Amino acid sequence: MTSSTPSHTLVVRVENKPGVLARVAGLFARRGFNIVSLAVAPTENVLFSRLTIVVDAESAPIEQVVKQLDKLINVVEIQELAPTESVTRELILATVQVNDGQEDRIMKNIENFEANILNVGPQRIMVSLSGDVDQVDKFEASLEEFGIMEIQRTGTIALPSISNS
Amino acid sequence: MQTNGGKALMKSLEAEGVEILFGLPGGAILPAYDPLIDSSMRHILVRHEQGAGHMAEGYAHATGKPGVAMVTSGPAATNMVTPLADAMLDSVPLVCITGQVASGAIGSDAFQECDTTGITMAVTKHNFLVSEASEIPQVIHDAFHIATTGRPGPVLVDIPKDLVDPNNPASQFEDYEPSGHNLPGYNPIIDPDPERIREAAELILQSERPIIYSGGGILKARAASQLRELAEMLDIHVVTTLMNRGGFPDDHPLALGMPGMHGNYTAVTALQEADLLITLGARFDDRVTGRLDGFAPDAKIIHADIDPAEFNKVRFADVAIQGDVGKTINELLNALNQLHETRQHPDRSEWKSTVSGWKERFPLVYDEWELGEGLKPQYVIEQLRDLTPDDTIVASGVGQHQMWASQFWHFNHPYTWINSGGLGTMGFAVPAAIGAKAGVPDRMVWAIDGDGCFQMTNQELVTARIENLPVKIAILNNGYLGMVRQWQELFYDERYSEVHLQPDLPDYKMLAESMGCVGIRVESPEEVQPAIEEANEVDDRPVVIDFRTEASENVYPMVPAGKSNSDVIVHPSQETP
Repeated sequence: MTSSTPSHTLVVRVENKPGVLARVAGLFARRGFNIVSLAVAPTENVLFSRLTIVVDAESAPIEQVVKQLDKLINVVEIQELAPTESVTRELILATVQVNDGQEDRIMKNIENFEANILNVGPQRIMVSLSGDVDQVDKFEASLEEFGIMEIQRTGTIALPSISNS
Repeated sequence: MQTNGGKALMKSLEAEGVEILFGLPGGAILPAYDPLIDSSMRHILVRHEQGAGHMAEGYAHATGKPGVAMVTSGPAATNMVTPLADAMLDSVPLVCITGQVASGAIGSDAFQECDTTGITMAVTKHNFLVSEASEIPQVIHDAFHIATTGRPGPVLVDIPKDLVDPNNPASQFEDYEPSGHNLPGYNPIIDPDPERIREAAELILQSERPIIYSGGGILKARAASQLRELAEMLDIHVVTTLMNRGGFPDDHPLALGMPGMHGNYTAVTALQEADLLITLGARFDDRVTGRLDGFAPDAKIIHADIDPAEFNKVRFADVAIQGDVGKTINELLNALNQLHETRQHPDRSEWKSTVSGWKERFPLVYDEWELGEGLKPQYVIEQLRDLTPDDTIVASGVGQHQMWASQFWHFNHPYTWINSGGLGTMGFAVPAAIGAKAGVPDRMVWAIDGDGCFQMTNQELVTARIENLPVKIAILNNGYLGMVRQWQELFYDERYSEVHLQPDLPDYKMLAESMGCVGIRVESPEEVQPAIEEANEVDDRPVVIDFRTEASENVYPMVPAGKSNSDVIVHPSQETP
């Protein structure tokens, strides 16, 4: 789903201040920039947080998105990461239905993707996988035939590749 | 030395050089109004918080200094939203202090609580919610820095009541002088890139049909003299957008006046036919460009702006120069002087005579007054223009009167024209004029207003009278929301929907008098001049003249919305048969 949308990945360092996420989200909303995914957490330096924003490339020219973001006073640094110059990861949690007779196929599928089993209950199992968006998409698709009861994906996080930084 | 938030707020504002605050007290800001009594700053008590915001804007437009407004929480803060949005779109340096409910009550739906920083996030350059009293000196210092540097704009500082209340321990802290700014994400670029300057100079040298497209950034950068130097050195015509009226003298032979939807034919067409637009502090607003894909189709674009987000936002820039536009022009002049030593630009005499021909053929005109008609609004403006000093400051509201004022006044000095360009805020004129008068009391200040606009904010004339700010208001009273009426006439088959006001209600003369102003009514052309002369003589109170103007008068030229500027409609008398 996410990998099929033409997108840009922005890694944005912001001051760790109240309301910063609202400023970023509000800017995207009022300028009509579509967010594919957004992840945010503090960094190694408590004064700053890092956001990874995947932007729908068709909703607005990336130049405008970057420049408008840069006008936010709390935005310190913006890096646009090309797929070849970055390492990206996303985490998925999914609770899947386990119908009688399906146990083996589900276990095989989990093994194939090297996913983890986090929680097991009657007729259902919770699994997780971390990988690039493509892998996570494929894993999600593979679970569909068994019946996905609940799902949560984190959205992409990204850092520049070491060779380029 | 120990201090408290309230005292520190006053000291911080004084340290920023604030001389005048526009405001209105209320519950949450009460403790900050107490130390104001002992402050050197003048406070102008408004009758509605929106008035305080527009006065602060008018003050900023006229003086170049940041305007400052101070109001309470909740409804006062929401009343400030319009001026903040106005200042945001017109890049006006504004600092607004709002009271907030006490820290412990935030988020509890307390009395007069609203999420002021949340609400104003989209209409400010930046805003702050102060969380500790000791932040106040630094936050105020930062607020003024952000409001006045880079692309100027409004900054709001929201301060919870307990942090300025001396009886609350939370307000106490050790006083300090803020030094510098810790704003790692805010570094406006002032100096233009020499490489871009060279590219721009090269484009200018090669162009055959160049035009300078100058916008409000010229005035914000205080670069009117540099603009003139550039125009004269290159001998290139200059259009001045609505936000840059006065930024280049209208009586200059190279002046083309205002472009855009109601721009004059020559300014509109010169942009349209140019092969190069030297864009200085302008942003390709839709009111200037008309239908974008038809705008200046053959022109290459040099775009100089302090805000890089303006580049390629609307129109692709062949050369984009980020920086202070005054510095940019200075550098351009240097680069051009060097190039001119060895090279010549193409012959531009034909282009120049074409432009001059348009000027001659398509001056701004209006029909002569006929018996039985209301006054011609254009005539009233011409009379006002001719009977007042050359450096008179003119403030306007939004609508037909605004366009006529911009068209028919001759702006020969910077900072003589104050209006709401981007947001188009009806009711702007009266408070903006008052704020301007407060900033430059020695100058004559006229507001040219419409009757619709006047009814939105006229209560501030009470403020003007009491605070001894003798502004003069010319209401072009046609009894209509005139610009809307014009659109309904032209584009809605004359189906007039909810645009008729009532020229006699209120009775503007009596209304003015009830507010302590001189009120005059003018109904015939021969009364116009004496009334203006009478108004000019009054210097101890505001004057309101109710000019009864012709309702059927339309603003021409006009580029209908959605049309290309090549389809400009001129005055019927100038149409080619």
